[in-house]
Amino acid sequence: MAVAAAIALLVVASILFHLLSPWWMTPIASNWGSIDNALIITLYICAIAFVGLNLFLALALMKYRARPGHKAHYEPENSRLEKRLTLWTGIGIAAMLAPGLIAWHEYVTVPEDAAVIEATGQQWQWSYRFPGADGVLGSAAVSHISADNPFGLNPADPFGRDDILVETSELHMPIGKPVKMVLRSKDVLHDFYVPQFRAKMDLVPGIVTYFWMTPTRIGTYDILCAELCGVGHHMMRGSVVVEDQQSFDDWLSGQMTYGQYLAQNHAAARTRLASADVAGPNGGQ
Amino acid sequence: MATVTLADDLKPLHHPRTWIGKYVWSQDHKVIAIQYATTAIAVGLLALVLSGLMRLQLAYPDTFDFIQPDNYLQYVTIHGMIMVIYLLTALLLGGFGNYLIPLMIGARDMVFPFVNMLSYWVYLLAVMVLVASFFVPGGPTGSGWTLYPPQTILEGTPGADLGIIMMLVSLAIFVVAFTMGGLNYVTTVLQARTKGMTLMRMPCSVWGIFVASIMGLLAFPALFVACIMMALDRIAGTSFFMPELVSMGNRTGYQGGSPILFQHLFWFFGHPEVYIVALPAFGIVSDLVAVHARKNIFGYRMMVWAIVIIGALSFFVWAHHMYVSGMNPYFGFFFATSTLIIAVPTAIKVYNWLLTLWKGNIHLRVPMLFAIGFLFTFIHGGLSGLFLGNVSVDVPLSDTFFVIGHFHMVMGVSPILVIFGAIYHWYPKITGRMWNDTVAKLHFWITFIGVYAIFLPMHYLGILGVPRRYYALGETGFIPPSAHLANEMITIAALTVAAAQLLFFWNMIWSLFRGTRADPNPWGATTLEWQTPDTPPAHGNWGPKLPVVYRWAYDYSVPGHARDFIPQNAPPASAPPPKGEGA
Repeated sequence: MAVAAAIALLVVASILFHLLSPWWMTPIASNWGSIDNALIITLYICAIAFVGLNLFLALALMKYRARPGHKAHYEPENSRLEKRLTLWTGIGIAAMLAPGLIAWHEYVTVPEDAAVIEATGQQWQWSYRFPGADGVLGSAAVSHISADNPFGLNPADPFGRDDILVETSELHMPIGKPVKMVLRSKDVLHDFYVPQFRAKMDLVPGIVTYFWMTPTRIGTYDILCAELCGVGHHMMRGSVVVEDQQSFDDWLSGQMTYGQYLAQNHAAARTRLASADVAGPNGGQ
Repeated sequence: MATVTLADDLKPLHHPRTWIGKYVWSQDHKVIAIQYATTAIAVGLLALVLSGLMRLQLAYPDTFDFIQPDNYLQYVTIHGMIMVIYLLTALLLGGFGNYLIPLMIGARDMVFPFVNMLSYWVYLLAVMVLVASFFVPGGPTGSGWTLYPPQTILEGTPGADLGIIMMLVSLAIFVVAFTMGGLNYVTTVLQARTKGMTLMRMPCSVWGIFVASIMGLLAFPALFVACIMMALDRIAGTSFFMPELVSMGNRTGYQGGSPILFQHLFWFFGHPEVYIVALPAFGIVSDLVAVHARKNIFGYRMMVWAIVIIGALSFFVWAHHMYVSGMNPYFGFFFATSTLIIAVPTAIKVYNWLLTLWKGNIHLRVPMLFAIGFLFTFIHGGLSGLFLGNVSVDVPLSDTFFVIGHFHMVMGVSPILVIFGAIYHWYPKITGRMWNDTVAKLHFWITFIGVYAIFLPMHYLGILGVPRRYYALGETGFIPPSAHLANEMITIAALTVAAAQLLFFWNMIWSLFRGTRADPNPWGATTLEWQTPDTPPAHGNWGPKLPVVYRWAYDYSVPGHARDFIPQNAPPASAPPPKGEGA
């Protein structure tokens, strides 16, 4: 008896918890309302099943509890009932799956006009790259990575020269423009995760992964790593600023291109050499 | 009546002569079962302690100096690994499989008793290597129980030096142990059934364990090769899973490997593994529900086929763990569809359990209470799995606490509730004594309500976006202070549930010595294990003659019978008494 009441109470408590819980989806800041909708549809269908099945369980426990003189009914199977239940389950499953697959189709279909932004992960920080004026990211490889070339850009690739490199963990994006996020890792698996965008994808060393989204709300959001990447996993943070086109353009124009980096490094190297020449004879004494 | 069984009852049994032969190097499936079960539960206690430490850290960050990020990740990893493999798989198959298969199908023992014994000792070795990894420099691996490379074997991950090698070796040894056990379970079910025990007369417990064993034999090799390949990457410098990469700012010699290949191998094992744990639990709970509701399991044939279909389909859904792994995203369509299809036979099982209760004569004894607890948590966990299987819905939820809530509900809590129910159910047969009812009920209530209080809120934290495997949440804009409060509440519930397990252990140990003598068949069950001449069953199980089976396992409350159950070995009233069978 107590257990029947407990099951019914747990169902009520779960519904109340759902209604009163302060923990729910963050306000969405991207175009992925279709993912939220698929989640809500899944939630309602599952909630109906959860409430229905558990109340049936509670009712059965109450109605058919053992008592003197009571005997169980003998019914090995009832194929009509079983078929009907299978059919209804199939319908419920299809009703959940359809919006899920439709949203996924959208998710894997990157719009042609999407701007490209690359995010690179390494233990335990983020950096970013924009393709610059030519709209094409230059090729990059782990074998090119050095202290002077942390992004591993191919120095011989002309497409890379105008790439804009952002080494701070703060990323800026213009509002309302579809973005193809191209993801690269230098070391281990990471995952580019902004809860408000809904979208996420792993960064995998050795290959380039991607997802796309359109930021729809101005604001600053946390970037987290959502794939365990070692002891600093929880501290691998960044932030993304979604802003109007003008502010974005201003920010972007303040960043350095790979070509500028090369020139700067070159100049620095020359300076170092020059000062070494000056210091050399004295220091050598 | 046609029977297809070949019960070899002519082979003489070699009874052990010494205490060591009887209880240590024993080839008796019942002793091996208890060895498996106690070892699994003992190492499970370690996993329980680790989960308590994790919860302390999550609720009270910056409080415990001895829990640093590397310690936390080690707790996460070893907790998960123990629970999934060394506890659940070993206890359900090595423990219950060993105890129940021969008794339920009317055999004297497993068909390969020596290999069966070896299986246990090799399993014990695997456990010892795992536990030993706590004592090597650097400690055990902290790469998460999924052991995803490259980080698993690189600096920056705890235990990347020696711990991971111990882990991989231990897993490989475990697979060897499981293979010896699994071959035994499958062969015994196929070859050693007594006269009259057709496949479609077997209790659901045996069906669940049987199909899970076949699955294990097909799935564990994937884990085995993945372990060997990773060990080679780590020790011999091969690059199966390692592309060209930088580690802590330095270039490594690896090149050309694929981290995603490991994920495919791991989940080709890992997803069937979920059902290797679930199917025995499904089978056992079917029997608990039928016995204590005094009613046949509803739709037995459908239940058996659902087990078989789930077992087969579970080999075609693995990549639903990898929707955002960077694999070809078009795989998502296939795996979302196959994953949601598997929900249909699973749902049928739930309906049939509920319909077994409907119009039953439900005795709310402790094993039944745990079975009901299973139904509730399994419905919850099964449904939350639909979110994660439904590809696009998985995108925001993957790697959040929603995943933690889901899989703990569905493959942590629910099978463990079944295990408790099963231990209470068969304890009188195993020990010949009854447990204390009041303490057992208290144990049930705290555990059942407590686990729901732990794992329900986690789903909501996950929908909010709280990431998993985080040592500390720190200052994160979207995580409100109330979420930290939730973490404290969850920890209090978790520590309460953990403490309540003392009731269980006290009850089991106290009852072993002081419990009242149990009736040989206290629940009025039909299946063969309750019809043994001795309680606990002696070596060889059946005395001079094997039982002969005349009916299915679920003749409860048959109209026209005075008693509300007819044992499987009770001859039909009209038939002449059997002559000279079995011998």
